[in-house]
Amino acid sequence: MTWFASPSEAATRLGQTGYLSDDSIATSVFLAGVLEKPLLAEGPAGVGKTQLAKAIAEATGADLIRLQCYEGLDEARALYEWNYKKQLLRIQAEDDAWDDIFSEEFLLERPLLKAIRAERPTVLLIDETDKADVEVEGLLLEILSDFQITIPELGTITAGRKPFVVLTSNATRELSEALKRRCLYLHLDYPTPERERDIVRAQVPGIAETLAEQLARTAATLRALELKKSPSIAETVDWAHTLLALGREILDEQTVAETLGVVLKHRSDQQRAAKELGLR
Amino acid sequence: MIDRHIGFVHALRESGLPVSLAEGLDAADALRHLDLSVRENLREAYAATLVKRPQHREGFDVLFDLWFPATTQGPPKHHDGDPREELAELLRGDPNTPEFRAFAQAMVERFGQVQAGPGRQSWFSYPVMRALSPQTLIARLLGERGGLPEKIARQRIATNIAAFEAEVATDVRRRIAEEQGRERITRSAVKPPIDRRDFLRVTKAELAELRREVHPLARRLATRLSMKHRKGDRGRLDFRRTVRASLQSGGVPLTTHLRPKRPHKPELVVITDASDSVASFAQFTLLLTFALREQFTKVRAFAFVDTVDEITGYFAPGADVLDAITRMTGEADITRFGRTDYGQVLTRFEERYASALTPKTSLLILGDARSNYQPPNTETLKRLTEKTRHAYWLNPEPRNQWDTGDSVASGYAAVIPMHECRNVHQLATFIEEIA
Ligand SMILES: Nc1ncnc2c1ncn2[C@@H]1O[C@H](COP(=O)(O)OP(=O)(O)OP(=O)(O)O)[C@@H](O)[C@H]1O
Ligand SMILES: [Mg+2]
Repeated sequence: MTWFASPSEAATRLGQTGYLSDDSIATSVFLAGVLEKPLLAEGPAGVGKTQLAKAIAEATGADLIRLQCYEGLDEARALYEWNYKKQLLRIQAEDDAWDDIFSEEFLLERPLLKAIRAERPTVLLIDETDKADVEVEGLLLEILSDFQITIPELGTITAGRKPFVVLTSNATRELSEALKRRCLYLHLDYPTPERERDIVRAQVPGIAETLAEQLARTAATLRALELKKSPSIAETVDWAHTLLALGREILDEQTVAETLGVVLKHRSDQQRAAKELGLR
Repeated sequence: MIDRHIGFVHALRESGLPVSLAEGLDAADALRHLDLSVRENLREAYAATLVKRPQHREGFDVLFDLWFPATTQGPPKHHDGDPREELAELLRGDPNTPEFRAFAQAMVERFGQVQAGPGRQSWFSYPVMRALSPQTLIARLLGERGGLPEKIARQRIATNIAAFEAEVATDVRRRIAEEQGRERITRSAVKPPIDRRDFLRVTKAELAELRREVHPLARRLATRLSMKHRKGDRGRLDFRRTVRASLQSGGVPLTTHLRPKRPHKPELVVITDASDSVASFAQFTLLLTFALREQFTKVRAFAFVDTVDEITGYFAPGADVLDAITRMTGEADITRFGRTDYGQVLTRFEERYASALTPKTSLLILGDARSNYQPPNTETLKRLTEKTRHAYWLNPEPRNQWDTGDSVASGYAAVIPMHECRNVHQLATFIEEIA
C-alpha cells in the first residue's frame, strides 16, 4: 500500500488530523512509508512522538497497534504466549487433548504478532523502546527485518502487508547501533516559537493568535533557562487550555506567576524561573 | 548526482559520522522517491537515513550546505538603504524566511571579502558581523523595558541574531568552496560533535550544551550500576511461569522458575577534583553528581583541591544546581593553599570519611591525577577501593598525557581501573561497558 504520495502530501494529511509537521517530519514519514522501513522518533518528553504515530494512523485510516515498553517486558508480553489456564482446563476435561492445546484457540496474541497478522493497514507503535531491556531489542530486530515469526507449534507466520512501524524513545539509554541502522531516524525536539504557536492553535481551538504567540514565546524563554525539566509542547498546550478555562486573554506577569505550575513541575524550576523572569 | 552522492557520503565519514554501507544505500534508495529539486526534502532524506544521533546533526548540516548549496533565488534585491535598518527589521520577524537568507547572502557579498594575504582575497564572517554589529541593535529593538516582556524580547532577538550569524557563516563557506574547492573547506568547517569535544577545552557556550547531556547520562549510569547488581541474583518463585512450564511435563512442576529480584538502587560515592586545571570538567562532573542524586538511594559527594569536604548537602533534592555550584565553591572547605594535592586529599578522606565506603558502595573518582609533585599515597587509595563493591577513576586527560609532568595517573591506575574520559562520548562508552 502507498502510505503517502510525497512529503508535502504527508504534511497536509497529518495537518488535517491536527498534527503539525515540518520538513523533517514530513520527509521521514513519507520515506518510512515508501521504503517500508521502521521510523525511530527520538527526543525529550512531550514533543509529539507518540502523537505522531497516532496521527499517521488517523491520516491513513489504518489501525493502530501499540506495544508499550517497560522494564521487564518479555516475549510473552510482546509477541505471543500460550493461554495456560485454558490449556489446563482442557487437559483436565479430556485426557487426550495434548495435540490440540497448542492450536490457535489457545494462543494469546500480543501486539507484535497481532501487527504481523493484521489484515488491514496497520500502524505499529512501539512506544518508549528505551524503557525495555536490551534483550528486547534483539527480538525487535528480528521481527522488524522480515516481519515473520516462527511459532514452533504452529509454523511460520509472515506478514501479508508490512505494518508502518514507529518506534519512540526518550533516549534514556542509547539504543543499539544495529537497531538504529535498520530504522529511519527522526529527531523530534522543541519547536521554533513560530511552529509552536501554530501547534497551540491547532490543538486548542478558540485560542486567540496573540495569546498563542505569547505562550510560545514564553515557553521558548523558559527553555533557555536550563531548567531541570524544560516545558514540553504538551505542557504549552495544557497551559493554553488552562488560560482559556480561566478566561485570560493575555499572558502578563501576573498570569504567568499564577499558572507557572502548569508548565513547570519541579519546585526548584519554578523558583528559578520566577527569579530569572523577575516574577513576584 | 551519483558522484555528488558518493562524495557527500564520503565527506560525512571523513568528518567522523559512522555511515554504514547499508545506510549509504538506504539514502540512495530514498533519493529515487523524491523530487530532488526540493532542497529541504533532500536534506531531510539524507538526515533520516544517515544521521542517527542528534549530536551529529550540526556537522551534517554544514556539509550538506557545501555539497548541495542553496541557489540564490531570483534577481538580487537591491539593498540600498542603511543595511542596519534592514537588519533591525528582519530581527523582529521570523528568521526562517527566504528574505532573511537572501539578506545574509547580500551582506556577505558586500562586506565579506577581505585581503587574506598578498594578492589573495577570501571570504570571512567577521567583517560582515562587524559592519552590521547586530548586538548594538538590541537596545532599540527591545521596546518595552523590564520584567517578562523584556526577557521574552531578548530571547527572541538573541535567537534571531544567532540565526543570522549562522546564515552568514553558511554563505561564507559556500563562497570559499566555490572558489577554492569543497575539500579544503570541509576539513576546517566541521567541528567535532559536542559529545566528542574535550571537557578540558570547551567554551562557555559549549558547556551549556554539555549540561543538557547530563541527565540522560546519569539515568543510564544508574541503570547500568543497578543491572550489575541484579545479574545472578535469584528471587521469589514465579508461580505462573512454573505452572506453565509444568504443562510440558504433564502437570508436574519439574522446573521451577524464579522471579528476578527487584533491582535495588545501589549506593554511590563520588569524589571530584574541583581545581582550576579541570574547571570545566569539574562543572560537568558536579552536574553529573547532582543528577545522580536523583537516581541512587544514597549518594554522597565530595570535592577537593588540596583538602576534601563533603558537598552532598549543597545538592539536596530540589536545590537549584547552578546556585549549588556557586555556593559550594564559596563555602565548602576544599582549598588550603590552592594547589591540588591528591595524596593529602586521600589521607584526609580516609581519616574523615572512610566509613562512607561499604561493600555496597560504588566509588567514582573524577580527576586528572595531577598532584603538583606531592607524594601520591597510592596505598591509601588501594585501601579505600578495597572497601567498596566497584571503584572507577575517570580521567579527563588524553591517555598520552598521563604520567607526563606531575601526573601520577598510572600509579593510581595500578590500584583502581582508570578510564580516559575526555568527552561525553567516552563517558557514555564507559557507562555502557561497566554493565
Ligand atoms: N507536531 C504536533 N502537532 C500537534 N500537536 C502536537 C505536536 N507535537 C506535540 N503535540 C502535542 O503534544 C502532546 C504530547 O505529545 P506526545 O504524548 O506524543 O509526546 P511524546 O513525545 O510521546 O512524550 P513522552 O516522551 O512523554 O511519551 C500531544 O498530545 C499534542 O497535544
Ligand atoms: Mg509518548
